[in-house]
Amino acid sequence: MKIEGKKRLWQDYQKEIATDNYFYARSCIRQNFFPASEKTFLRVMREELNKDVYEDPRHTTCSGIVYHSDLVTMDTTMTVIARQFSLMTESGRKNYVPSCITSFGLYTEVLEMWEHFPELETKAREMLWKATGREFEKPENVAHASDIIYKFRNEIASRGKFRLVNHRTGQPLRGVEHIGCHYSKMFPHKGVGGAEYPYVLVGMIEAFGGEVVDYPERRHCCGFGFRQYVVKANRGFSISSSRKKFESMAPYKPDFILTNCPGCPYFLDRWQYAISEMEGVTYGENGYGIPVLTYEELAGLVLGYDPWDLGLQTHQVSVEPLLEKMGIPYNPATKYLGAQGQDLGRPEKPSVLKVY
Amino acid sequence: MNNFGYTITRDRQIDFDKLPRDIYRELCQKEPSVKACISCGTCGATCSAAQFTDFSLRKYILLLRRGDHKEVAQNIDKCMFCGKCQLACPMGVNTRNVIHSIQQIITSNLITLNENAGI
Amino acid sequence: MKHVVVIGGGVAGMEASAKLSEMGVAVSIVEKADKLGGKLNRWDRLFPNSRPASDLLAKLQSGMGKDIRKYVNAEVSSVRQSLKQFDIALSNGEDFKADAILISTGFDVFDAHRKEEYGYGIYDNVITSADLEKTFRKGETLKTASGKKPQRVGIIHCVGSRDEKAGNNYCSKVCCITAVKQAIEIKEQNPEAEVFCFYMDLRMYDRHFETIYKEAQVKHGIQFIRGRLSEAFENADGSVMLKAEDTLLGKPLKINVDMVVLMAGMVPSSGNRVKEQLNLTVAEDGFFNVADAHYESSGTNVPGVFVAGACTGPKTMENTINEARSAALAIKEYLR
Repeated sequence: MKIEGKKRLWQDYQKEIATDNYFYARSCIRQNFFPASEKTFLRVMREELNKDVYEDPRHTTCSGIVYHSDLVTMDTTMTVIARQFSLMTESGRKNYVPSCITSFGLYTEVLEMWEHFPELETKAREMLWKATGREFEKPENVAHASDIIYKFRNEIASRGKFRLVNHRTGQPLRGVEHIGCHYSKMFPHKGVGGAEYPYVLVGMIEAFGGEVVDYPERRHCCGFGFRQYVVKANRGFSISSSRKKFESMAPYKPDFILTNCPGCPYFLDRWQYAISEMEGVTYGENGYGIPVLTYEELAGLVLGYDPWDLGLQTHQVSVEPLLEKMGIPYNPATKYLGAQGQDLGRPEKPSVLKVY
Repeated sequence: MNNFGYTITRDRQIDFDKLPRDIYRELCQKEPSVKACISCGTCGATCSAAQFTDFSLRKYILLLRRGDHKEVAQNIDKCMFCGKCQLACPMGVNTRNVIHSIQQIITSNLITLNENAGI
Repeated sequence: MKHVVVIGGGVAGMEASAKLSEMGVAVSIVEKADKLGGKLNRWDRLFPNSRPASDLLAKLQSGMGKDIRKYVNAEVSSVRQSLKQFDIALSNGEDFKADAILISTGFDVFDAHRKEEYGYGIYDNVITSADLEKTFRKGETLKTASGKKPQRVGIIHCVGSRDEKAGNNYCSKVCCITAVKQAIEIKEQNPEAEVFCFYMDLRMYDRHFETIYKEAQVKHGIQFIRGRLSEAFENADGSVMLKAEDTLLGKPLKINVDMVVLMAGMVPSSGNRVKEQLNLTVAEDGFFNVADAHYESSGTNVPGVFVAGACTGPKTMENTINEARSAALAIKEYLR
């Protein structure tokens, strides 16, 4: 692999990322799947980087989750997105930051559609006005939250307490990255590094001291596909896609998987359990699976946040092996205590996959 | 093992490195003209067997080239040896001998084939 | 004596210059590289008969008598039409008047980096057809980046051709036969190697092509898989995983190969920029328009400016040489 070749390509895909005054829109599902990731994003932005990030509790889904499940039409989606933009306009912010990759893809797609078919924008404005009496301005900059963390990766690294380095051997830890499909496959120029060799997560791993491992099925979808997972009859397709990825990455012995999408980390994490139960197969070292992280969780670990404050105890694959490699202290006794110290109970142990 | 109500689908991708291609190699030795097949399908359109069964010589040659012999083994005997395909083939492939050779190879390798194909 | 300036000293430019000179026209030929011959300097053997490119080049050179003024390492920096003449200035400071201009700027090889998913310039064992010719021309054996003889080679047709996304919707015409030629050459060098060609359509249009194609299949056992490469990945050992659909079986296919050769197509030459100064029109694909597609393929929309060779679209050597002679005749007629 010629890294200079990739670097040359990355030069072609340098997108503009706003540096302050953000309007942040949460994902429908991430707070359930990875409860502290969005909170950690806000903490990093506000407390570490002193950025202005505005959230409006009235914001809704972007409708992507139902749009991709064939439940609403594009007209509905455009109107919902128009309303999100009107909340941003009302807040005085011009930089829109969605937490979700599919949202990011959908906002980009809608803005692109409006660019090419202005009559659709007019229609969306009319529909929004009729439904809510609201008006809006389009954002000056739309960047995914992972773009923002990427943008400030060096600041985070310099403030960081831990690195993606094996603290015993000094060797960089090896990570594989998985980019959400809707990040740049539809609009390569809207993604840092493009669509074939996206740089957004690679840049973070490098800045935090780790090493990125490319593996043959890197570009393959995790299999979420909305209606593929949501409809139980299709779920076999979903798990098969993740399995294809595990089979492909396992020989490279990654220490972790880094993701930037709501669905991917969920499926790459939980399916390791499901596959172990269905087939008796585990990936990763000693039967413990390969730990999966969101980019906010990774940033939080680097910054020295308590792993349990980052919600890492809700992962199916134990993250402890990674914490130990990075030299991050953790307290097993507080793993399943809630924010107020209450006992959350302990999850049932899987029959094959080993857990801490 | 646990049953969650869905199954893991095996990859339908042709994995070239995992499939045995020795049958095609043997076929090329027995009937070298098979190498000239360009998959035009002339044989299939005129094939007596193809009108009433799944028989497709074009497809079987391709499958053997890829190392996938299960379907070939199950269907090769459907040929009626009428010779129309040989008359029609634009590349001069000795199709009758191709089919005959496939039958021979498959019969002589039946046990191994069935094991590989999980029959 | 009438004076013709030939822009581009490749196959078309050389042959047209020779013929014009024979017909008593003063000729100046301008070439941006350090020697005449264009791509022939880079190719090893030519289809359909494996004749050495250097042999054809020597033949063309024999026509380049001392009457022809040759300017190498030079480009046209400005050209202006005044009445029936053209004022031409070269990058090396020379300037002269011409009664007619022949544009024979040829083509550029498609920049395979642009097909990002194929990994050219990123993966160690992905090369282009032009790179392979260079290896052969040097008399070297094809080897992987780690110096081993490749046991399996994948040849990818239509790289940058018939590809709207690459901005080139046209067929580059010579790549199918070049692929077959190079596949045979790889097999001749290394008979144990398995060679696979991935194609969308095989365009074996010329007299000898079908025979060569059949020879590739029957004599050399080269396999042709109908399916365009979707993406390539580098494996840990440097081999490359190719993903294509076997469209005749209707199934996705994955194959690991030690080396990949990309059949890079033809794109309009960067030398075509003289078009602005001469108000010449090009088609959507960037190649020059000709005055009449059937009857006046050497003429352009500007009287006195002629074209020959691949500057009007992908062409074989044979077509290029024929066009060069045809252009020489048309110019001679024009100068009368």
